[in-house]
Amino acid sequence: MDKKLYYDESTPRLFAFFTVFWGFVGMLVGLYAALELAFWQMNFDIPYLTFGRIRPLHTNAVIFAFTANGIFAGVYYSLQRVCKTRMFSDALSKIHLWGWQLIIVLDAVFLLMGYTDGKEYAEPVWSIDILITLIWVVFAINFFGTVAIRKVKHMYVAVWFYMSTIITIAMLHIVNNLAIPVTLTKSYPIYSGVQDALIQWWYGHNAVGFLLTTPILGLMYYFLPKAVNRPVYSYRLSILHFWSLVFIYIWAGPHHLIYTALPDWCQTLGMVFSLMLIAPSWGGMINGILTFKGAWDKLRTDAIAKFFVVGLTFYGMSTFEGPMLSIKSVSALGHYTDWIVGHVHSGALGWVGFTIFAMLYWMVPRLYKTELYSQDLATKHFWIGTIGILIYVVSMWVTGVTQGLMWRAVTAQGDLMYSFIETVHQLHPYYILRAIGGGIYLVGVVMMGYNLMMTAKQGKVTPTPIAPEAVDIAEEKEAK
Amino acid sequence: MNHKKLEAKSVPMAILVSILVTIGGLVEIVPLYTVDQQVVKIEDVEPYRPLELEGRDIYLREGCYTCHSQAVRPFRDETERYGPYSKAGEYVYDRPFQFGSKRTGPDLQREGGANVDSWHYLHFKDPRVTSPGSIMPNYPWLYEAKLDRSATMKKLEVLKKLGTPYDEKYDDEEWVMKQMDRDSKRIAERIARDLKEDVPPDTEVIALIAYMQKLGADIKWRKK
Repeated sequence: MDKKLYYDESTPRLFAFFTVFWGFVGMLVGLYAALELAFWQMNFDIPYLTFGRIRPLHTNAVIFAFTANGIFAGVYYSLQRVCKTRMFSDALSKIHLWGWQLIIVLDAVFLLMGYTDGKEYAEPVWSIDILITLIWVVFAINFFGTVAIRKVKHMYVAVWFYMSTIITIAMLHIVNNLAIPVTLTKSYPIYSGVQDALIQWWYGHNAVGFLLTTPILGLMYYFLPKAVNRPVYSYRLSILHFWSLVFIYIWAGPHHLIYTALPDWCQTLGMVFSLMLIAPSWGGMINGILTFKGAWDKLRTDAIAKFFVVGLTFYGMSTFEGPMLSIKSVSALGHYTDWIVGHVHSGALGWVGFTIFAMLYWMVPRLYKTELYSQDLATKHFWIGTIGILIYVVSMWVTGVTQGLMWRAVTAQGDLMYSFIETVHQLHPYYILRAIGGGIYLVGVVMMGYNLMMTAKQGKVTPTPIAPEAVDIAEEKEAK
Repeated sequence: MNHKKLEAKSVPMAILVSILVTIGGLVEIVPLYTVDQQVVKIEDVEPYRPLELEGRDIYLREGCYTCHSQAVRPFRDETERYGPYSKAGEYVYDRPFQFGSKRTGPDLQREGGANVDSWHYLHFKDPRVTSPGSIMPNYPWLYEAKLDRSATMKKLEVLKKLGTPYDEKYDDEEWVMKQMDRDSKRIAERIARDLKEDVPPDTEVIALIAYMQKLGADIKWRKK
């Protein structure tokens, strides 16, 4: 059999498996970290279990293991189909797949050992950073190679978003991690103090932009039209919001440093661009939601459509909340509090999580030439997940605002009204509530894992021939 | 429509994306390096002594930044609670920076001098002894592990290369080790005196305490 005539489906299948697996692991670690905040005794005096070490493990696992594997699964599935060709190189696909899992395992072990760069979301040490760079280059060659040998003239909108991800993440990762090594696991960054802070948040905010936003939008642009069997609502809007998103996002980093020692003009610039960011973000949300036009009935019957629409709603909500939090006076209240944690999770659990779940529920049955094992279970997952997020986010809103207000409260004489420890006590019940919300969400993930496993079990693995003449439903509107 | 032409060509599209994502970073980052007034130097701020540096690396290892910030904002309640707000010049030797993004525990930028060494010694063993109701974990292993000094000289060398003004004395291993011995002994003796118990000077917790006492203490603001 000539492989070139068939899609490579084993790579997306394995990436999908690792997405679910690492998703479970990463969220379990997150749940444990949440429990430690509610009950400090759960640190058990064991260094490898303390909050300070497992919190980075949680964030690294859900961003670089769960989300990244989910993106790779979706990219390897959809790119071949919109380019009407098999991936550029099977060998590179394999190196990418296994290299990435190796990075995850190494990073997890290192973080528990306490080997860290000490910069948020950039904790992997320099030796792992080099591995990440190499594997990312492998991915880039495979991606651009596939684009180069495509059988269709135009690159579909999802491809633009994937492309911006590959380019920008490479730039951010390399620049932020420039350092001089001391040992294999220790280095000092070439930047110091305020400059280091700015570079780090330029990286940190755009890791959100180009790992948790643009590629997920790319997935949305391919899988949502497929799932609801409608073309993308507006081609023009996708052009407009793509280019403005790519340009504006980069500027918003300094909003993480408002009222710190970063020069004031830079803080203001970050705030203004964050506010502008509402427009391109909502452009994407509106384009996604209006793609349901003529297929709204699907929301009653189809779990996948439910995941997509609520995911998009959370995207709209957190991209409204983010700019609001960037306003200096709001940041003054919200910064350093759990409000930020809640904000991140409405984006991560709602937008990223739900979109990836929707993609998996749609893609896995097709990779195994079968139907989803249980629609009913998927619908239950949807409701459980939604309730979990709401409990999580609402408890963090309350916590954050309470914290912020208590810190600044003064008596009529002008003395501080509360000691720091009093504010900590006040938050205890909400920390328990947050752990419950996260736990409920995790139960949903386990249900999905079971559902997808049974789907794979009942299906079969047969090669899918590339049908160059078939026009994707997603491209239908453009073709007209 | 012109965009149709662009979409058909991957290389020009990739180049355009690369240009667009670079502009914002350049405008914000470059002035911080090229314009001196952006980070005003403070005469009193001194590089970390080797023991403090090792303590700082323990602070990183334990992920203290996941719960503690090191950036006092210019608000009345914060200066009241912690001390003077943070200035850019105070961070020039911080690699990496440790502003943090979350205050599950209080800010530590002005921790230096806020509590005595023996307070910290009790605190890391069981935070609830010194701060009733604290939710911070215990760090018993800091009292068992001997401070690993095997990379100290290499660390100083790298930092010097990066521009930290360590003079030639810091190239001399014997001198550096002696200085670390002296610094840790001084701290251990103070704690022993307060607590009336034996305090080994060569454990990790001593280095961490040295770092705690350095935090924000270079600018002399605390009234004796």
